Amino acid sequence: MSEPEVLLSIRNLVQTFNPGKRNEVKAIQDISFDIYKGETLGLVGESGSGKTTTGRSLIRLYQPTSGEIMYAGNDIAKLKHGSKAMLDFRRKVQMIFQDPYASLDPRMKVQDIIAEGIDVHHLAKDDQDRERQVQALLEEVGLNASHATRYPHEFSGGQRQRIGIARALAVQPEFIIADEPISALDVSIQAQVVNLLKDIQDRQGLTYLFIAHDLSMVKYISDRIAVMHYGRLVELASADEVYNHPLHPYTQSLLSAIPVPDPSLERHRKPIAYSAAEVEDDGKQRDLVEVYPGHFVFASEDEVAGYQNAAKASHAQGGAPATAPVE
Amino acid sequence: MERILDVKNLEIDFKTYAGTVHAIRNVDFHLNKGETLAIVGESGSGKSVTVRTLMGLLASNAKVVGGTVDFEGKDIVKMSEKELTNLRGNDIAMIFQDPMTSLDPTMTIGKQVAEPLRLHTKISEKAALAEAVRVLELVGITNAKARLKDYPHQFSGGQRQRIVIAIAIINNPKILIADEPTTALDVTIQAQILELLKEVQEKIDTSIIFITHDLGVVAGIADRVAVMYAGKIIEYGQVDEIFYNAQHPYTWGLLEAMPTLETKSDRLYAIPGTPPNLIDPPVGDAFAARNEFALAIDLQQEPPFFQVSPTHAAATWLLDPQAPKVTLPPEIQRRHQVWEEKFANKGVNA
Repeated sequence: MSEPEVLLSIRNLVQTFNPGKRNEVKAIQDISFDIYKGETLGLVGESGSGKTTTGRSLIRLYQPTSGEIMYAGNDIAKLKHGSKAMLDFRRKVQMIFQDPYASLDPRMKVQDIIAEGIDVHHLAKDDQDRERQVQALLEEVGLNASHATRYPHEFSGGQRQRIGIARALAVQPEFIIADEPISALDVSIQAQVVNLLKDIQDRQGLTYLFIAHDLSMVKYISDRIAVMHYGRLVELASADEVYNHPLHPYTQSLLSAIPVPDPSLERHRKPIAYSAAEVEDDGKQRDLVEVYPGHFVFASEDEVAGYQNAAKASHAQGGAPATAPVE
Repeated sequence: MERILDVKNLEIDFKTYAGTVHAIRNVDFHLNKGETLAIVGESGSGKSVTVRTLMGLLASNAKVVGGTVDFEGKDIVKMSEKELTNLRGNDIAMIFQDPMTSLDPTMTIGKQVAEPLRLHTKISEKAALAEAVRVLELVGITNAKARLKDYPHQFSGGQRQRIVIAIAIINNPKILIADEPTTALDVTIQAQILELLKEVQEKIDTSIIFITHDLGVVAGIADRVAVMYAGKIIEYGQVDEIFYNAQHPYTWGLLEAMPTLETKSDRLYAIPGTPPNLIDPPVGDAFAARNEFALAIDLQQEPPFFQVSPTHAAATWLLDPQAPKVTLPPEIQRRHQVWEEKFANKGVNA
């Protein structure tokens, strides 16, 4: 395998809200990782783990407290608002939001919602070109041209999410942050939207950061998965690696809690409890360490050997399935 | 098995500006004593409306146009507001989806948990609060006595849902209705709450109606399952019958659309299209337009229920003796094979 090209490189990112005040929140505590061009990186964790904050800091919706976000030779964390480089970055990176009801302006027509980015970045030559682009985008996301003049309330949740996707695609981005794009949708519609996101990625060569707490869907869509807890990255590896050979106790606990649509398995599922006290919060210095090729775990120096052995053992026996086998 | 609730031919209409929505179209089901029945379906399928009827909690523009809901020999549909007040939170209690909005932010949790008891029995405030401590401990709130004077915002999402459950069970209801009680929670917390519901069910010996669209959750908690689509139940059966021997193409679609952790294929199965508009419900099988297995008759005549086993039935023409044999989707073939191997000749181990 050739060395993948790094699109976005995050180094020692820290995001603290209300620093120095009584209500200080350390939302992200020093995380570093790369996002490769053309991949889907899944970011999972429970609410409050900092996964949404990470997405929002990457796109500079928040001003990072410290750390670097390197993109195309620029440190995004230091760009000035309104600068040419910032505007350029905002065009290259787009976001798809969780709630398709709250993320579309109810008083704007679909064509104006989709074309807002086109207008801001002056991407249309004239009105005809703008209309042509909107039509093409609607088609790309599986809606039809006649939808352009309607308002959001005339659409179902799944269709609205398609409009949100068309809006993100309008400025021809290369990187899309999808923040729980399917958790507000019904099961039968979730699959439609996930397939759409995959198709668009194949056609346009996009890179995705896919934030979610639905782990079975994340495994399905992601090439690599990063697991967050308490504002830290505790594990990072390929999707198969994370699911078949989870090493960090938090990841193991998270995987053990996923309900599967299989009553025989469910009857024997025993969730693994997790306590952060010994592997995160005992004050030891910890970093993401590569304990197996391509497999990183949040570990202190004296824990590394243990994780390395666990990885080897897990691979030797072909990997433990995420849930206990039947009978 | 003893039935505690029997719903027959339920029909409910909603008056809206766009026209009359036929939200529930002839629904029949029953609840056995001590069991957990899961009602599965997507938004708009009518699952929430159905259970709200059981508590007399329908919106003012809704009307029960037909059917009966028999609970202990009485028809809930015909009950007066006074009788309903006696029923709600006493014989039948409900756990709502969102623990952030179902608690009163201005009231201490002690008062909120004791409230149903104070409303339905003549009990002193002191005794009611003592009882509140007991149920709070039962649902796993540690140090409950010291926390009676705390407000909802002082608890986490998972704890709040535990408190909501405490309120629901303080009067030892005969039926507990849980309307997507874990949808707003993380998987780890969800696992805890589901475990808690099972424990509580054993301790207070209640029957549960569990509403959800997550088939993973259903697999873990249900004894029986009813699948709803477009205001009707289209298939029901014991949990193993639904998961390993499903007969309705919509149930197949739901099972296929869930990626299991083993899913390897490049594309997820997605049920095409969207549910029909219930202002003008389609003639024949409501699912026909989205159904790749639809027969000509599906567009003309509504399929009746075909009995698969004494406990399992599905409303699809595919079960008619004259129907052509169809090739099942691979995922459903796999499940049916599990059925053949494990259950078919041994009877269902309920």
